[in-house]
Amino acid sequence: MVAAGLALAASTAPVRADEAPRRVVSMNLCTDQLAMMLAGEGQLVSVSNLAVDPRASAMVDQARSYTINHARAEEVHALRPDLVLAGRHSSRASVAMLRRLGIRVEVFAAARSMEDIGAVLERMGRLLGRADAGALAAARFEARLAELRATVRQRPEAALYYANGYTVGDKTLAGQILLAAGFSNTATRAGISGGQVMALEQLVMHAPEVLISGTSYSGETRSEAILDHPAVEILRRTRPSANVHDRDWICGTPYVLRAVHDLGGLRRKALEGAR
Amino acid sequence: MMRLFVTLAALVAALFIASLLVGPARIGAVEGLRALVMGGDGPVPLVMREIRLPRALLAVMIGLSLGLSGAAMQGYLRNPLAEPGLIGVSGSAALGAVLAIHTGLSAAWAFGLPLAALAGALAGVMLVIALAGPRGSSLTLILAGIAISSMAAALTSLVLNLSSNPFAANEIVFWMMGSLADRSISHVGLALPLMLAGWVLLLPLGRGLDALTLGEDAAASMGVRLSRMRLVLVIGTACVVGAATAVAGAIGFVGLVVPHILRPLVGARPSRLLWASGLGGAVMVLAADLAVRLILPERDLKLGVLTALVGAPLFLHLIYKTRRELP
Repeated sequence: MVAAGLALAASTAPVRADEAPRRVVSMNLCTDQLAMMLAGEGQLVSVSNLAVDPRASAMVDQARSYTINHARAEEVHALRPDLVLAGRHSSRASVAMLRRLGIRVEVFAAARSMEDIGAVLERMGRLLGRADAGALAAARFEARLAELRATVRQRPEAALYYANGYTVGDKTLAGQILLAAGFSNTATRAGISGGQVMALEQLVMHAPEVLISGTSYSGETRSEAILDHPAVEILRRTRPSANVHDRDWICGTPYVLRAVHDLGGLRRKALEGAR
Repeated sequence: MMRLFVTLAALVAALFIASLLVGPARIGAVEGLRALVMGGDGPVPLVMREIRLPRALLAVMIGLSLGLSGAAMQGYLRNPLAEPGLIGVSGSAALGAVLAIHTGLSAAWAFGLPLAALAGALAGVMLVIALAGPRGSSLTLILAGIAISSMAAALTSLVLNLSSNPFAANEIVFWMMGSLADRSISHVGLALPLMLAGWVLLLPLGRGLDALTLGEDAAASMGVRLSRMRLVLVIGTACVVGAATAVAGAIGFVGLVVPHILRPLVGARPSRLLWASGLGGAVMVLAADLAVRLILPERDLKLGVLTALVGAPLFLHLIYKTRRELP
């Protein structure tokens, strides 16, 4: 059994690093989207099941034309890939298994800043043998980001509030989106830089000028009930507020620019209210 | 007796005030209490009225319910190990609540949540009483409880694991351990009607439970109708445990620890133990909920963790003491 597996692996595996991979499988939501943006015709074989979840993925329509995998080593291996793209949060056991079977696995860390996004686009381009496309996408992204950022002078304070009372600070992608959109972050004032639970009463006491809450997935969980708490309702009613669309906020892809752009109206409302 | 009542009531009042004054937002005592009573604009009245008041109220209501139902069950089964959390009633109530939330019933109709938890608790308590028999020996009681708790826990986990919602799986901890963090006044409104009904059913059981200490025949000759008493006990317990679990998860051991401590102080009379355990339960849950906020304020430590740390060693002690009747 083991011998057969190894023999199979040997027949599919080694490609020289400078040669473009021909069968690429992605098993992480973020690498799914980056690969779909940059891969050549027929080069990408499969993306993960999250890529077709409209709540999490910004590229559902494109993703439907690929084979869907569930990030399990056995099914990924059965697709006979010569390159597997995984995230830092992919199961270590699955990644280790694929590597043991002789498949090249490239692991991507989650983007924590806007600078990471340019770098990750370039890296994905290089891995797919499409360095030019990657560099072009990175340049476009950076130019558009600079354009959006240039409009910012005053920074109203906004709080990001998710299910279970979770909030995020500046050292996260969502925090960076908030900064790029011209807000300051309540979490920073509360001494939170990463992601952490902020007690509801702390949120109320900090009285942010703007409240941005996570959209509920189905509403049918206890975790999301906190977003309907009377205290949150009152905050929402008495100041400009919005819901985030997770699909533009989760992954470090150029779609974060859409999130930045969408916050523009909210910011204008906050500035008018303050005047 | 009066002294015990006054002491317990004073403790409840003091801990209730303390519960209002402790929290991650630093609010002065005078400022906070004034905002609570007078209201006004700004964040302080909002914190006091919408966040801290419901939490303190729920702690009292849930403590009262769990203490009372523990004392009533122990009186009826004449067994100090009977406790809603240990014998699977809370677990079954949690299953009912989880089903209501994840099928969308609770979103469509607010009272669907406590009523589903009531249905779960009813099934749990009926199973236990049926399996353990009217004079439940410790062994059958505990075995029945283990079976029902594990079944309810497994089904709860199954429902949460099957959910497509990414948050669902994390909620298993809440339903197993319980918490009062960030509950709102609407939860008080959801739980109170059922709890009131349960208190009204359970408190008058005292006379019958007193008679039962003399044995079933003696009780029957004194005019106690055992089948009716059992029915009232089952429904009353299901009401209070269902309502408590629906809003705060399964908090264990309160109904075990409190009657055990108070029993010597009331001369082992079940009728007195009922109200004393109710007040004592409120004291224990208020104190545990304060400790949760003082020990690890940043971490949302679960309430059931603390009650279990106090209760489980006592449970072991009680098993050690009663093991003579175990084969």
